[in-house]
Amino acid sequence: MEFLRPGCWEEALAAKAEHPAAVPLAGGTDVMVEINLGHRRPGHLLDLGRIGELSEWEVGEREVRLGACVPYARIVGELGRELPALALASRAVASPQIRNRGGVGGNLGTASPAGDAHPALLAAGAEVEVESVRGARRIPIDEFYTGVKRNALRPDELIKRVHVVRATGPQQFSKVGTRNAMVIAVCSFGLALHPGSRTVRTGIGSAAPTPRRAAEAEAFLAGALAEAGLWESRRAVPPSVAKRFAALAAGACSPIDDVRGTAGHRRHAVGVMARRTFLWAWEAYRNGAEGAA
Amino acid sequence: MMRVGFTVNGVRRTADGVWEGESLLYVLRERMGLPGSKNACEQGECGSCTVRLDGVPVCACLIAAGQAQDREVRTVEGLAEGGEPASVQRAFLDAGAVQCGFCTPGLLVAADELLERDTAPSDADIREALSGNLCRCTGYEKIMDAVRLAAARRREAV
Repeated sequence: MEFLRPGCWEEALAAKAEHPAAVPLAGGTDVMVEINLGHRRPGHLLDLGRIGELSEWEVGEREVRLGACVPYARIVGELGRELPALALASRAVASPQIRNRGGVGGNLGTASPAGDAHPALLAAGAEVEVESVRGARRIPIDEFYTGVKRNALRPDELIKRVHVVRATGPQQFSKVGTRNAMVIAVCSFGLALHPGSRTVRTGIGSAAPTPRRAAEAEAFLAGALAEAGLWESRRAVPPSVAKRFAALAAGACSPIDDVRGTAGHRRHAVGVMARRTFLWAWEAYRNGAEGAA
Repeated sequence: MMRVGFTVNGVRRTADGVWEGESLLYVLRERMGLPGSKNACEQGECGSCTVRLDGVPVCACLIAAGQAQDREVRTVEGLAEGGEPASVQRAFLDAGAVQCGFCTPGLLVAADELLERDTAPSDADIREALSGNLCRCTGYEKIMDAVRLAAARRREAV
């Protein structure tokens, strides 16, 4: 094994081009587990810890440019206003020790269907900025997850940052697990109201081969809210609408039975979380909340 | 194999013949003679290997040794001063928060970090700060007592 320690981004890209099978190492919360347990013996480890710009973020007019290695702890502490769903999801990651190390770039690189950041990114709207020596490109989050622990990265590419749309309405995140800390999601749900475009976006975690949106549920809700003029009146949503939204969200899942839960439980829980997160967010919208959840 | 060097508890140390996939925890325990940080789950679940990396609490089992190069590590061995237990260590003893003792080093490092930034933590703050540290003996109540006691003593000392 070789330990590659690039001192800057250009060096990292060159190293990845030379060794496309090199495994990027950031917080280590996935990669080191696999190495410790003997599940993985990469020929090259590519340490990204020395590249300062990966640990920086910047708030733009429309989006937050979030460096791939900004740890969850900083997202929780510093970006709750701009990225409420992602901050809530980050808050639900594992433990303080893990949140001090892990970040969204690693979550995207691993692309586990159970990764906590994914539902929040899908709900907010995001693009993943990846780069290789051949050039940079931005992958829409909806096209990023391609299979169980698979993503749209090419072998010579590295994740540089994520461009997450700044919240213009309330957002929520919910996660089911057996306890409050140190839990891999049985399933999870992210939701964002986008009052400007009169849309609602969602993200389902750990209830399908990839993180995914509940497209039909989103379309139904947008239609129902528009039809009754609720975005303007900010009135309460009829229970039948919330119920239908929940059923469509549950229907968007393709879960499996595994050690953490059954498919049936996951489908049911996603419906419950969809209804709850929507009603929490709608309540906040009715009370005039703008960005913050 | 590679050479890795960093500061541990204020002293610059190096280790030779380090395997590239080796964890900081292994280097501390097996190469530097610092077995205080415990090796248990090796997957960041139990917190018994908690150390400070540039001041930040982390699981040493999830840090590749090479990632610690030229950085500052503090382990449980660095808590005591002049051969006397640190206040948080004294409080764990006085409150009966140590049973088998395996989780204790990680809890001490995490609790010490909490008290460093907050001398009047609420119970919820304490639970949150220690949520990455598992203890299978105490049921946590005595540990809560110990952190409250250490916090109270720190406030008195100021």
